[in-house]
Amino acid sequence: MLQIDNLHAEVDGKAILKGLSLSLNAGEIHAIMGPNGAGKSTLGYVLSGRPGYEVTEGSVTFEGADLLALAPYERAAAGLFLGFQYPVEIPGVSNLQFLREALNAQRRARGEEPLSGGDFIKRARAQADALGLDPEMLKRPVNVGFSGGEKKRAEMVQMGIIDPKLAILDETDSGLDIDALRSVGAGINTIMRKPDRAVLLITHYQRLLDYVKPDFVHVLAGGRIVRSGGPELAHQLEAEGYADIAA
Amino acid sequence: MTSLPTKRDEAWRYSDLAALGRVWPVPVPDKIIVAAGDSRRLSLVQDAAADQVVVRDYTVEIGVGASFAMQLVNTGGQLGRVAMDVTLYEGASFDLDAALIAGEGQTVELITTVRHFEANATSRQTVRGIAGGKGTISYLGKVAVSRDAQKTDSVQSVKGMLLDRTATVNAKPELEIFADDVKCAHGATVGELDAQALFYLASRGLPPAEAKALLLRAFVSGLFDGSADEAQFTAAIDAALERLL
Repeated sequence: MLQIDNLHAEVDGKAILKGLSLSLNAGEIHAIMGPNGAGKSTLGYVLSGRPGYEVTEGSVTFEGADLLALAPYERAAAGLFLGFQYPVEIPGVSNLQFLREALNAQRRARGEEPLSGGDFIKRARAQADALGLDPEMLKRPVNVGFSGGEKKRAEMVQMGIIDPKLAILDETDSGLDIDALRSVGAGINTIMRKPDRAVLLITHYQRLLDYVKPDFVHVLAGGRIVRSGGPELAHQLEAEGYADIAA
Repeated sequence: MTSLPTKRDEAWRYSDLAALGRVWPVPVPDKIIVAAGDSRRLSLVQDAAADQVVVRDYTVEIGVGASFAMQLVNTGGQLGRVAMDVTLYEGASFDLDAALIAGEGQTVELITTVRHFEANATSRQTVRGIAGGKGTISYLGKVAVSRDAQKTDSVQSVKGMLLDRTATVNAKPELEIFADDVKCAHGATVGELDAQALFYLASRGLPPAEAKALLLRAFVSGLFDGSADEAQFTAAIDAALERLL
């Protein structure tokens, strides 16, 4: 589904990713772990096309297409979803209005019919219920006044409504208490644990991986994948820290 | 005034005088008198074609204890100018909500003079301006408080949004106060769309023009919430944004 080959990227002229290669197949969940400043968030932003993150070398192919040639909104329509570490607040725009416009823009780009208001509301309510988010919150402006945990739940509700092929989740576990972690983890499994879906989980800690079991774990350090393995690698990292493994 | 104004006239400093010359002399102001204790409102959508020149002047007198509310969407014409000279008597109130939108080659202006002539009157002006291309938005808002107009309560809030580096927003609140027990607040900001918010919207599938339109509608939202003419205002704003983006 996703092939990253020798990816180099820089921000403000500073090289962050230095030859990162990674391959994800449909049906797989990959976790990327690594110390602060390793380039984890940069990877998520580069894949989703954030302005200011410049690819200087390498290639990324998503379902056979050159991902880097697409604008951010085209990447979304192609089936890529970025769960933000710090979801952005947008005063004056309600979640429902925003998500309906976004979803229908994606459907239009794919040549599908737009979803009617009624069908959309049903879908949004079902996702909010599944994630334990009060559906009333969907009427409020995007992320404004939401607690850290509510923002992350809302990100997962967005993911459920959009139903992407590939989700890149950037520290979706940060700022969550135990209950929220459990329901967000269950949400990721329900929405994305399917034969035709894939997930790239970016995280510092093992704890989310107790709920969302990865098939592969990679260690990102110094802008490259320095180690890959199965779920046991996450436990080893948790026990021993990054210092030895990333060295 | 019979001769064409020049840039030396403060009220015309940022205007398009060449365009003005095509319609000069402009008609005498519309006169609106709100009798003591009465309440009136006026809605205006100025969305003339891009080659037109529109200058609308109003003189408003708001009597003792009376109130007047003006709601304005000003988006049309090469020059689209609305000017209001408002006088408030004892305990009167004046509310103005205005959205100004200017695209390529347009000069869109709102010029207000609010005269607190007697005590205990309130005035509130909320103005949102959006300028793109080489468009120019100007709000010149003068509040003049007479010596006897104690307990005046006056607020001006102006926010401008620049869509391109070539666009201009002029925001000039001006206070002239001769009473000593008054509240006159004014705030003016000019900025551009939040890049983070635009990327967030794009990452969910919204193309740039739709993402900008969503943020800009939010920027002017609230001005006309619950207004009897809300649908008309919304349609005019959407049409103007579509031209702009």
